Amino acid sequence: MTATAASPTAPTVSTPSTLRRALQQKRLVSGAVITLIIVLIAILGPLVAPHGQNEVVGPPFSSVGVLGTDYLGQDVLSRLLHGGLAVLVIALLATLFGMVVGIIIGVVAAYSGGWWDEVIMRLNDVVLAFPQILLALVVLTAVNQPRAWMIVVLVGISHAPRVARVARGVALGIVSRDFVYAAEALGEKRSRVILAEVLPNMNAPLLAEGGLRLTYSIGLVAGLGFLGFSTNPEAANWGQMINENRLALSTQPWAVLAPVFIIGVFTIGTNLMADGIAQLSQRGD
Amino acid sequence: MADVAVLPEPLEEVAPPKGRHGSVAWILWIARRLGLAVLTLWLVSVLVFIATTALGDPIRAILGKDYNADKARVAQLTEQLNLNESAVKRYLDWLGGLLHGDLGTSIANQRPVGQLISSNVLNSFVLVLISAVVLIPVAFGIAMISANYRRKRPDTVIQTILLALAGLPEFVTGILLVALFSTTVFHWLPAVTIAGAGHPWDQPSVMVLPVATLVLAVAPYVSRIVRSTLLEVLDSDYVELARLKGIPEKVVLRKHALLNAVVPGIQVVSLQLAWLAGGVVFVETVFNYPGIGALLVDSVRNHDIPVVQALSMIIAGVYVVVNLIADLLSILLTPRSRTAISS
Repeated sequence: MTATAASPTAPTVSTPSTLRRALQQKRLVSGAVITLIIVLIAILGPLVAPHGQNEVVGPPFSSVGVLGTDYLGQDVLSRLLHGGLAVLVIALLATLFGMVVGIIIGVVAAYSGGWWDEVIMRLNDVVLAFPQILLALVVLTAVNQPRAWMIVVLVGISHAPRVARVARGVALGIVSRDFVYAAEALGEKRSRVILAEVLPNMNAPLLAEGGLRLTYSIGLVAGLGFLGFSTNPEAANWGQMINENRLALSTQPWAVLAPVFIIGVFTIGTNLMADGIAQLSQRGD
Repeated sequence: MADVAVLPEPLEEVAPPKGRHGSVAWILWIARRLGLAVLTLWLVSVLVFIATTALGDPIRAILGKDYNADKARVAQLTEQLNLNESAVKRYLDWLGGLLHGDLGTSIANQRPVGQLISSNVLNSFVLVLISAVVLIPVAFGIAMISANYRRKRPDTVIQTILLALAGLPEFVTGILLVALFSTTVFHWLPAVTIAGAGHPWDQPSVMVLPVATLVLAVAPYVSRIVRSTLLEVLDSDYVELARLKGIPEKVVLRKHALLNAVVPGIQVVSLQLAWLAGGVVFVETVFNYPGIGALLVDSVRNHDIPVVQALSMIIAGVYVVVNLIADLLSILLTPRSRTAISS
């Protein structure tokens, strides 16, 4: 890899480190900064919020406080600061779950090849026929009160076939390389070949995919809250806040627009970051 | 939140048949694709059935707190949903009904599902159709402008804006548009569709914002894929030759580059159209548009299992059919693939 990275016109210049190249990527840096700010707001928010998340500070939809009050007279700013952590944690766990399941499916399909590959990818196509939100909604039909782990699993499962496609594509280019044959010839176990030889060589494209999946996870988790499927009807949650205060969009717009803005900025940040990583990994090889 | 287009390679599916006449090879190829589509739809139906009835306890979900108090209602619902029978028998009954066009009876208002959803299906179809008609010129236009300024400042700016838009969830875009054009900043357009007797498109102003939201959610993806195809073509030898012959850059862009970007364009548009079937869930909820998305959310909330099953089969079916048509179109439009099949 180092041989190809060196530019042919300036052979004396040494290859810049990955970190240095990452810092020169404007999209990556700005995306990472935006994401970091929102993550900090979500984590530190509950500590600095002026009021509790269920504390009534004035009449409903009034202009008491910086961003006014919501449908029950609770402080919008405080609920905004309290409401990020749930979205962030569920979205992160869902992304992680979807990535792990998807990578396992994709790598096993690519490594087994032949008939297994065909069957696994066909089944994958079946799940792909469901738009991501539909998969979650269909299961929630028979559930009375959704729990946090259900949303993690549902959003994760809806990512898995999409991740599997990418992981299979990347792994196909690796499983036929000489070092994999060498490991097999040495009599390594299948699981060890996959874990020690195949996986470590596919981390850059998968990292980009992970960033993208995080963007969608945030949208889906907040979206489920917006559609009214929340894990805890009383707690503050960005998606749910939009749902609760929607009718007052013309009279107290901040109760709706504040969570809308913060979700929007968050997804823009993670998406820019994912694109930056993707460009970096393409140039890196 | 549209998916990044993972473009399927249509040729991948085709093992060129040897020693047969061209038309026979075509029929075999089409039969194989149709068979795969039917197989996918069947597996989809299994998945829908398991997800809606086998994972949770539907009656407990429908009755909520009344579950323990109202034994008669429990018995009645068990009867209506046939829950005493085995899951396999229920599945086969449901599938048989589906194949005969009988979608069951809604639990919420006891009407036949087919009758209940037909006008919503039409409304959503019109919404997606108008969005597609607006989407294609907008997306290809932006891609051409961007490719024209390739690797210069305007291109970078356009690409960054598209990238930012691509990540936004539809309900965020939708609510921002409502705030901008109907409630907070300007008061030009209606914020929600008021369900009247006729169809929503009888009042064109009602359609503007939902269509704009769908286009804004999908156009960035299509644009980005078309642009990168355009750039690939613009760097190729035959385009260089055309330029050296003195053909103006505009004509090169339109004739030599755009026509070659049509096939990847069709594939990404079809993937996004299929995705729109899911995107309508959020857009219709934001605008109160009486389509399948809004109905689906309502039915999920009411645990109205027959309606949810019917709507999910429709949405997944649209995805499978649109993909099939796109594969067929892109093979017909690519001479290389055509000969690979019939040779």
